[in-house]
Amino acid sequence: MEFAEMIRTGQAQAELLRGPEEPPLRGTLCITGHHLLLSPGPQATPDLWLLLLRNVDSIEKRVAGDSGTITLRCKDLRVLQLDIEGVEATLDIARSIEALSSLESVITSFPFFYRPKGLRLGDAWHFHPPECYYKRVARETNAWRLSEANEDFSLCPSYPRAVIVPRAVDDSAVARSARFRQGGRFPVLSYFHAPSGTVLLRAGQPLTGPQKRRCSEDEELLRAVLAGARPGARGFIVDTRSPQAAKQARMTGGGTEAKAAYPGWKRLHRPLERGRPLQESFVRLVEACGDLEQSMDRWLNRLESCRWLSHVKETLSTACLAAQSMEQEGACILVHGAEGTDSTLLITSLAQLILDPLSRTMAGFQELIEREWVQAGHPFQLRCAHSAFSHARPKHEAPTFLLFLDCVWQLGRQFPLSLEFGEGMLLALFDHAYASPFGTFLCNNEKER
Amino acid sequence: MRGGCGGPAVVRAGSGGPPLHRAAAAAAAAAAAAGGRLVGMEHIRTTKVEQVKLLDRFSTSNKSLTGTLYLTATHLLFIDAHQKETWILHHHIASVEKLALTTSGCPLVIQCKNFRTVHFIVPRERDCHDIYNSLLQLSKQAKYEDLYAFSYNPKQNDAERLRGWELIDLAEEYKRMGVPNSNWQLSDANREYKICETYPRELYVPRIASKPIIVGSSKFRSKGRFPVLSYYHQSKEAAICRCSQPLSGFSARCLEDEHLLQAISKANPANRYMYVMDTRPRHRVQSWWATQKDIGRIIVRISSKIWNDEKIRESDEKKRLNAMANRAAGKGYENEDNYSNIRFQFVGIENIHVMRSSLQKLLEVNGTKGLSVNDFYSGLESSGWLRHIKAVMDAAIFLAKAIEAESASVLVHCSDGWDRTSQVCSLGSLLLDPYYRTIRGFMVLIEKDWISFGHKFSERCGHLDGDPKEVSPVFTQFLECVWHLTEQFPQAFEFNEAFLLQIHEHIHSCQFGNFIANCQKEREELKLKEKTYSLWPFLLDDQKKYLNPLYSSQSQKLAVLEPNTVSFNFKFWRNMYHQFDRTLHPRQSVFNIIMNMNEQNKQLEKDIKDLESQIKQRKTKQTDGILSKELLNSVRPESPALKATLSLKEQALLPVNNVLRTIEGSSPADNRYSEYADEFSKAEPAVVSLEYGVARMTC
Repeated sequence: MEFAEMIRTGQAQAELLRGPEEPPLRGTLCITGHHLLLSPGPQATPDLWLLLLRNVDSIEKRVAGDSGTITLRCKDLRVLQLDIEGVEATLDIARSIEALSSLESVITSFPFFYRPKGLRLGDAWHFHPPECYYKRVARETNAWRLSEANEDFSLCPSYPRAVIVPRAVDDSAVARSARFRQGGRFPVLSYFHAPSGTVLLRAGQPLTGPQKRRCSEDEELLRAVLAGARPGARGFIVDTRSPQAAKQARMTGGGTEAKAAYPGWKRLHRPLERGRPLQESFVRLVEACGDLEQSMDRWLNRLESCRWLSHVKETLSTACLAAQSMEQEGACILVHGAEGTDSTLLITSLAQLILDPLSRTMAGFQELIEREWVQAGHPFQLRCAHSAFSHARPKHEAPTFLLFLDCVWQLGRQFPLSLEFGEGMLLALFDHAYASPFGTFLCNNEKER
Repeated sequence: MRGGCGGPAVVRAGSGGPPLHRAAAAAAAAAAAAGGRLVGMEHIRTTKVEQVKLLDRFSTSNKSLTGTLYLTATHLLFIDAHQKETWILHHHIASVEKLALTTSGCPLVIQCKNFRTVHFIVPRERDCHDIYNSLLQLSKQAKYEDLYAFSYNPKQNDAERLRGWELIDLAEEYKRMGVPNSNWQLSDANREYKICETYPRELYVPRIASKPIIVGSSKFRSKGRFPVLSYYHQSKEAAICRCSQPLSGFSARCLEDEHLLQAISKANPANRYMYVMDTRPRHRVQSWWATQKDIGRIIVRISSKIWNDEKIRESDEKKRLNAMANRAAGKGYENEDNYSNIRFQFVGIENIHVMRSSLQKLLEVNGTKGLSVNDFYSGLESSGWLRHIKAVMDAAIFLAKAIEAESASVLVHCSDGWDRTSQVCSLGSLLLDPYYRTIRGFMVLIEKDWISFGHKFSERCGHLDGDPKEVSPVFTQFLECVWHLTEQFPQAFEFNEAFLLQIHEHIHSCQFGNFIANCQKEREELKLKEKTYSLWPFLLDDQKKYLNPLYSSQSQKLAVLEPNTVSFNFKFWRNMYHQFDRTLHPRQSVFNIIMNMNEQNKQLEKDIKDLESQIKQRKTKQTDGILSKELLNSVRPESPALKATLSLKEQALLPVNNVLRTIEGSSPADNRYSEYADEFSKAEPAVVSLEYGVARMTC
């Protein structure tokens, strides 16, 4: 793979407009394998302007006379305008950017070439391995153990190598339970709430199917969870789909836990939007925000009809439901939706943020994201391939992670003294999730990484 | 100091009962109990009802507090089982409603003008009926003399009261602006309220405008409200003037009025043209057209005029047609042909009736239980409230820009020149002049543009039992615009949100004389300065509570605010409309932390000064150099300054702990979570919805 093949033209004279606030920048435009560079000449103060090509979401070119205009809409929601001298140059640059911004292969992407000064490769990777969190849990209780049943990713490709399961359940039972859950995502510990001794679990949906299959190991695993918490403990299964959707899923082999098979567990349905509708909501929100001239009524109408804030509210209240029942009811919670990689993670991570003061610190929040999003197998690569401006037909894109960040921001608004990090942290995470020089959010799961 | 931040002991800004009227109410209650002769006692049939339930407005589980309801001559008081008191001033009551009898008792819903809504359940219907009737009569007084201000006594002597009234002196304020000067003078035309009853005695007009011109112009203007000076911008030499609409009739013109406008324009040497801002939406002004009965006759006359007049034929005929029809009705706006060097500008602020129904819709929406996010936004949209706020703001910005960028004088008018005109003039001055953004300056601004120029407070706030169609939240909108500015420019204002809320509280409370009656003439006739107290000294005494900790006076010098009015900069003012709905409030206040830190810094600075002076003293006492060195060493470890720093560190950590308790919901004071837990233990937790206040989502 040669980047040079894709670069049609090395450089051109161009002027960059970065929005109404900032002055335009004039200089020489260069394209490299991963970046768009604008060098305003030796005497200018900002000596180099740089854009990661992976950040480009959509590109629009317009030619008039002997100059052209390229409008770049970035994944971090910036809109940039490049005025370029020469029609040929404009077309060439546009084509190059198009080709380079939509690289399919992960190996060729910039994080593989990025070497920040002062950091060695391998450093700070596995900052927060599962073992680390297990140590914290083990200090409080001995009802749980670290299982390496997934050592070679054979049970579940989207789980990390080591997961925390009830001590009373052996690896073979775990393996059978994994076969009963979609994507092999058997119930694992997500968070242990020490003050009430309760746990938060997550999983994929059970593959009950139309025949209402059961799996005794899976049932035993959940029974062990309750037994491990405290005698007589109850549990809630929070299903992030509506009852109808859960029933329908049975036709395709999925489904929900049967009431009779899991004594002590009660099922709750809290339908959360995911996938396509969420992405559409996001796109419409960004559209509404982009129009500065609209009237008040139009703005409120668009804000309402994009439903984004409804999603935020639903997500937060479901997370609160989980947190409340753990804190005050002393109940264990199992969260799952269909695959258990999207709204499930939203709920488990937010519930932890609400319950655990540690996760509201800078380091704790990073650990939370590492553990509940990166290691838990949120498919960043699929979900964040395109942002709100892309014209490409959305396949797997969904701003689930952004929704999480928005929820955290809302919490920060209500409890301004509780979060150690500020808005800037959330914005930075958003940028990096969509396009980053770092590898943290690359790929879809630990196995691929 | 240690228990500090975020703790329940600290009174939060914008919440809790206003202690001012609380103390007063206690006094009044005591007086009533002692058999004092107070106005309204004859309406009270039942003074005390026990076992009354107060329902939580937004709880889905009908959670309630049980307590005792007391009725005094001035207040309704509810004391719950935890001895928590809820005071409701009778004058604040906007409506009382008795709902159909239920098994638990008779529900009584009281809506207040300060947006408090309480829902009582009185066990016996008879009691409920008595209270209902008493409140109906007590909340609507027929005479000014029956208002609370005339019986309110904060234990001040006459001299103190008089000083209070003299605190704000408008003559002093005009002097501050730089008038009278070579172009502007004080006119004695209205000294006896002969020309205009609703204007103050002292008016400033251009020096070259003679008395006959003024008199002539006032006859041409609705209610005699001729163009006068509202604000003078010293460095630009430009003026904000205000008046009412011209009674221009069909073809009438008034030479004196044209002269007066010329005079205003000439009084500004910096710019030869001036703006006339009609704050009404064009279609409203034009709607007179529809009311006109003999349309045919007008059309004939208009068309003949059109063909005669070259200039009109060239311009947009339709616009002219409407405008002229308008003038045919006897009211409208200035005929542009008759005024030279004037640029006309329409800004669309709706009339008081539109505003009243808009607020009504807004209150209906935010009073809904279990409101979904979508319903909230569609309700907010259909109420149009934020649209109106934006319109007022846009008008003020236009005004400020005309003065700042073009040095042009501006004449503002609406219909009568006391509602929209007051809004636009006062907001415009606020944008231009940093002085009005201080606590004292803001009081001056309200006294000048609202009280003295005859904004009809008593009618707009419904102080007396009068025409409900005259009630309108015009002043509330002004306060909301100011609040939006404080949100966009957090460092520009000396006062905080609590100050605005407190003022809003008192325009309705009738506890102080400032806002009673509709114009200065009425106020003098009522002898308000002798019989009632002024609000401002009481607010100044409590200044600490209203200070904005982020205010920086240095950076504000000569700064003109240029707010951005893109639609998404406007948001729902939760602390105004949900002021008393404690369950919807965020429970952590950054404001308290900053105030505490400020306090500590001041203490520290004081400590440092004390220490320094101590060291100096010792040094002078002991000439022996070695001794003083030892002394310094021995002083240091116990130095109070150091101790204070230590405690500051503790303090900084403390909130985090407090916070955690709150967010975990284990704090006993936090009833929302416990309510939630109650629900949860019920049989079907699936229906539980955690009412994450939608209102909060907007910010």
